Amino acid sequence: MEKTVFDQMNETVYHEQLDNGLNVYILPKQGFNKTYVTFTTNYGSIDNDFVPNGETEFIHVPDGIAHFLEHKMFEKEDGDVFQKFGSQGASANAFTSFTRTAYLFSATSNIKENTETLIDFVQDPYFTEQTVEKEKGIIGQEIRMYDDNPDWRVYFGLIENLYKDHPVKIDIAGTVESIADITKDHLYTCYNTFYHPVNMTLFIVGPVDPDEMMSFVKDNQSKKSFPDPTPVERRFPEESEKAAVEHNEIRMSVNTPKCEVGFKMPASSRTGKEKLREELAAGLLLEMLFGKTAKFYEKAYNAGLIDDTFGFDYTGERGFSFALVGGDSNDPNELAGRIQTQLLEAKEGGHLTEEAFERARKKKIGSTLRAFNSPEFIANQFTRYQFNGLNLFDTVPVLEEMTLQDVSAFANEMIQAERFSSCFVLPKETA
Amino acid sequence: METTREQTFAKPGYNIHTIETEKYKTNTVIVKMRAPLEKETVTMRALLPHVLQSGTENAPSAAAFRTRLDELYGALFFSDSTKKGNEHVLTFTMEAANEKYLHGEDSLFDQALTLLADVLFHPYVKEGVFSDKTVQQEKRNMEQRIRSIYDDKTRYASLKLVEEMYGDDPYALPAGGLLNEVPSIDAASLYAYYKKALAEDIIDIFVIGDVKSSEVVEKIQAHLPFENRTAVSVKTEPGAGPKEVREIREEQDINQGKLNIGCRTPITYSDPQFVAMQVANGVFGAFSHSKLFVNVREKESLAYYAASRLDSHKGFVTMLAGIDQKNYEKTVRIMKEQLDEMKNGRISDLEMTQTKALLKNQLQESADTARGMVEVLYHNIASGTNRPIHQWLEEIDAVTKEQAAAAAATITMDTVYFLAGKEEA
Repeated sequence: MEKTVFDQMNETVYHEQLDNGLNVYILPKQGFNKTYVTFTTNYGSIDNDFVPNGETEFIHVPDGIAHFLEHKMFEKEDGDVFQKFGSQGASANAFTSFTRTAYLFSATSNIKENTETLIDFVQDPYFTEQTVEKEKGIIGQEIRMYDDNPDWRVYFGLIENLYKDHPVKIDIAGTVESIADITKDHLYTCYNTFYHPVNMTLFIVGPVDPDEMMSFVKDNQSKKSFPDPTPVERRFPEESEKAAVEHNEIRMSVNTPKCEVGFKMPASSRTGKEKLREELAAGLLLEMLFGKTAKFYEKAYNAGLIDDTFGFDYTGERGFSFALVGGDSNDPNELAGRIQTQLLEAKEGGHLTEEAFERARKKKIGSTLRAFNSPEFIANQFTRYQFNGLNLFDTVPVLEEMTLQDVSAFANEMIQAERFSSCFVLPKETA
Repeated sequence: METTREQTFAKPGYNIHTIETEKYKTNTVIVKMRAPLEKETVTMRALLPHVLQSGTENAPSAAAFRTRLDELYGALFFSDSTKKGNEHVLTFTMEAANEKYLHGEDSLFDQALTLLADVLFHPYVKEGVFSDKTVQQEKRNMEQRIRSIYDDKTRYASLKLVEEMYGDDPYALPAGGLLNEVPSIDAASLYAYYKKALAEDIIDIFVIGDVKSSEVVEKIQAHLPFENRTAVSVKTEPGAGPKEVREIREEQDINQGKLNIGCRTPITYSDPQFVAMQVANGVFGAFSHSKLFVNVREKESLAYYAASRLDSHKGFVTMLAGIDQKNYEKTVRIMKEQLDEMKNGRISDLEMTQTKALLKNQLQESADTARGMVEVLYHNIASGTNRPIHQWLEEIDAVTKEQAAAAAATITMDTVYFLAGKEEA
């Protein structure tokens, strides 16, 4: 077991890759009551075209299957795993993103039993035609709930505009129609391909003894056998650097229009600290251009173009990255125009001052420290960083090294008018 | 486990609560101001925090104020407006990094506290009142905020239920303010109300982090000079329901119907039966093993979410689910049946064990965040109850099935609100 001390953050991480390939990380947090454990596979909604484990030909699976699989993992022959976690005082959950599926619990007692339950239920699939059919009604309601959510619709509407073929444009839960095609055999195929320990990470954070927990996990894993790992072959369509669609409008039952503007970036070729630097540069750039202390914000706010819902977000994952800016607005056209102008000016170095850079950097350092109060943040982000070949604990040191030049270079390289798109949600015309 | 020391210092007019702990990388100050919920003041109160953070004497614009926060390593400042029974609570939170994790920084805590004091005591004032421009701008934002509740159908449905069910009871008032009250507010009336709230509200101040209580109390008194006052809490009554259950149906062009059923119980937070009620709500609908989740979602595939919620300061229980319109009768029937199961004591040992384990877990987890600890303390403060966490945990363990059933038996259905979706094709 290797031990890494991060002095500045006053945290220590223990790591071991087990014989079966599973990566286990333990971060002891004394003084906390809660232990939070995530068990994550490097597999998400975009992984829909791959060679199944043990086969040679590519197959294409229905949209929404990674999320469907996540739901179905909880049901076993002898009942629902929530029941077991409940009896052991643990609150369990799971989520599926573009590139990851995570199973998790938080508990203040029975930590070993709960950890065992977590590992065992994820490593023991049980799917039948009957339980798969039953789930379609439940997920159908989940999809409808999101269909009525204008923030989700404008977010996904914009991603759909940005990408022509890349599966990031597919809603994570799929559609009522696409999930209708899912069978138990599909689920087993995906499971066998992506849930091998070599493709997964277990992260434990809480008031635990690292030696004790590590040997507990090792014991559990040594009793199970897995096929020899084969590297997962996935395939993604070639994607143009240009946005596929420039603009789109969605009509919904809302009072206030929603406006999102975004741009896509070519998949990053950088790795390790260089990639982290790129991701941090993206965040700093958006903060400098659109944060609450930026001139842009003040002007747009005073002009009544934006309100507290205005914000921005950068997503950089395996094979794609994009940035989004927007919020509620009574004049989405004017707002979208201003956002695009602001970005294009930044490409030429506009708005990128030393002063704004310093402020954004300090803010990011402070928010990173604050985030380290949260076991959820540590486990989920550490795992995301690890899958992307980065180290979460490098964040503050790298921020301290960065200069305005990093941000200007990023802006110059990434911002291109042809990569822009916008999406509005507008009130339905009333008769 | 390291020690967490919690102390309360009673000052004339307000209380300071300190929690000394080293487990966070930030230090937090929270100020809570409480007053009766009233139609005449609810909108001004909801607007006030937005105007206060739009500029101070030292940082006369929102941008200048936000710049100060960013310079303090992104100190986090935010406010919210909530209800505790029939009282209206404004919360101001300031959270700053502990400088010991930064290279060569002076005390961020002192600077953050000064900034918080500026917001509360030294707002930007023009000709003796708030700036008219700021007030007009924040009024416009508030109107947009209230109007956009309609866009979030889940939230809209729960607010609508409360409004319909409580009618003239102050609890019907939304903590975020009333749209039709916004136009009548101006810079002078809001400033006058601000002075009044500052002088008369019930004030509680919480400091959580790597600090020394004795030093902190002095600093707080110096920075936040609240005057003496004799404020008294208003007593919240659950109120009587209608003779027959009311059904309200509203239609919108949406995909999923939102079913929210409102119920009353006389058991509130300060009641000796409260913990039994909490357990009853847990068995009934708070968790993934609860009757509503199992019967509405898992057995019948009718919904993605199916749950019950308890507002213990009012004695308000909601059952809720997102369903297809065609399944309305069936879902209402199952929910009623499950409530009857509770009342008749058809509760298994397993359901009791699971519920108690998860309630205790929730309570212990809340003590892991500064805000969570404050919320637990404030339940007691706002309801004049003394139920410290360790005692609360013991009380959960002691609840019997009979007690949970007896608590459930006090729940009466009041209003069934359904926001209906489109007809299924």
